[in-house]
Amino acid sequence: MTMAPVLSVSGLHKKFGSVVTANDISFDVIQGEALGIVGPNGAGKSTLLNLIGGVVPADQGSMIFDGRDITKMASADRAKAGIGRSFQIPRPFTDMTVFENVYVGSSFAGGVRGQAGYERAYEALEVSGLLHLSEKPAGQLRLLDRKRLELARALATQPKLILLDEIAGGLTEREIPPLVETINQLRETGVTVVWIEHIVHALVSVVDRLMCMAEGRVLAIGDPHEVLRSQEVIEVYLGKTFDVDGDV
Amino acid sequence: MQWANAVVQGVILGGLYALLAAGLSLMFGVMRLVNLAHGALAIVAAYMGMVLVNETGIPPFATLLIVVPVMALAGWILQRTLLNTALNRQALAPILVTFGLAVILQNLMLELFTADNQSIDVGSLAGASIQITPNIAVGVFPLLTFVVGVAVIAGLQLYLAKTTTGRAMRATSDDREAAQLMGIDHRNIYALATAIAVGLVGLAGVFLGVRTQFNPTFGDVTLIFAFEAVIIGGLGSLWGTLWGGIILGVAQVVGAQAFPSSGVLLGHIVFLLVLAFRPTGLFPKVVNG
Repeated sequence: MTMAPVLSVSGLHKKFGSVVTANDISFDVIQGEALGIVGPNGAGKSTLLNLIGGVVPADQGSMIFDGRDITKMASADRAKAGIGRSFQIPRPFTDMTVFENVYVGSSFAGGVRGQAGYERAYEALEVSGLLHLSEKPAGQLRLLDRKRLELARALATQPKLILLDEIAGGLTEREIPPLVETINQLRETGVTVVWIEHIVHALVSVVDRLMCMAEGRVLAIGDPHEVLRSQEVIEVYLGKTFDVDGDV
Repeated sequence: MQWANAVVQGVILGGLYALLAAGLSLMFGVMRLVNLAHGALAIVAAYMGMVLVNETGIPPFATLLIVVPVMALAGWILQRTLLNTALNRQALAPILVTFGLAVILQNLMLELFTADNQSIDVGSLAGASIQITPNIAVGVFPLLTFVVGVAVIAGLQLYLAKTTTGRAMRATSDDREAAQLMGIDHRNIYALATAIAVGLVGLAGVFLGVRTQFNPTFGDVTLIFAFEAVIIGGLGSLWGTLWGGIILGVAQVVGAQAFPSSGVLLGHIVFLLVLAFRPTGLFPKVVNG
């Protein structure tokens, strides 16, 4: 792992009406690392991913991705530049097949059309464990497969950085390990991961660093175990001491 | 046998309505944008065809080679300049903008061509017909229009189903934000959709101009018939639009057979009944309404 940041966020601010959802957020994500993000509901975690992905514009601050200032870049261009994003509540294109959902990612953001685009799409489906469902209409998938489709679509865009928003949320205990395995495989290919998750044991089993957010601010960032032992984090988020082998 | 003839003529008239409505259906399907300038644009194309035939003497169908690309380009520019901006504002903005555009186009045409009725002359083709049974004869040109209407709907459907940009249109239609994260620039996709839609309006306008007499205010009734075809068939469904056009055509012609002065009225009544009892139309998209 090199120490060059692939993403530098500095002084990010975002207000929705009178609610401050991002308040002077600054952090770096190192090339190839996995950064976990935790925090109570309403901490501004999803907003942060929306700001990085360009779904909502920032009021202030700047973001440098892969050496380029992306602060004012359209979200479609950020996707082409290499930022992939999954939604907390899956948003498949419901009247398209699973394959077509993924193919639009490989052909537009991934920039490979025709045969190469198909291959890229099938590859993303295979990694995500969806190959056997590729011809099924996406609207008919169950939750786990919808989550996998979120992952597959983001992968098909050939991201350098992938933003995962509670991809394990709502899954059963048995469904989580295969998903974690997939994310680990993904990391081996050199993709940088930023992952929001409430299922802390799953998150800690993957990430190199952990960031805790509350009220739109960064409360703590660093070694996952140290962050989880921080008194502030325990008070604001965990409510009690975290046992890495169990859950909160 | 009179009734059978009325049904056949109605179906064939429906092909023209489907052709006129295809662009309207596409724009609504992709952008949820109701283009109130749709009818006026069709009449602009009809005048364009007429001027080309009268001034240059080229055959009427050859005018399509000029009219369709020019209209498509106009559609692209219209979307990139006015409509993309309007879509980012409140929901009524595109309706007001396209209504305003319709008024401007209509008045420009009145200024240029007066309110006199005009038509595009196709010579002997206008009167040619094929005898199907002793009592049913079908006009060659109306039949051609029907075939073109079906081909346009089938072609659009194929384009949306099989091509990369067609899939991008469906994705953008379903969830614009998620599509953007797939690297799809919705502004380009919208501009392409409008270019195709207005190009098709160009095609439909020339056919309309051959089939019937028109004047600058004819856009209003054209818009209404196209709109009715789209609503009857189900918003966002292209095959539905074809069926909607056919149902409207049959209702009008059969209606005229029963009540000679009220055919168009019967078409409107069918439209109102569908709106009242099946507001999603008769053939809505199966998934994702």
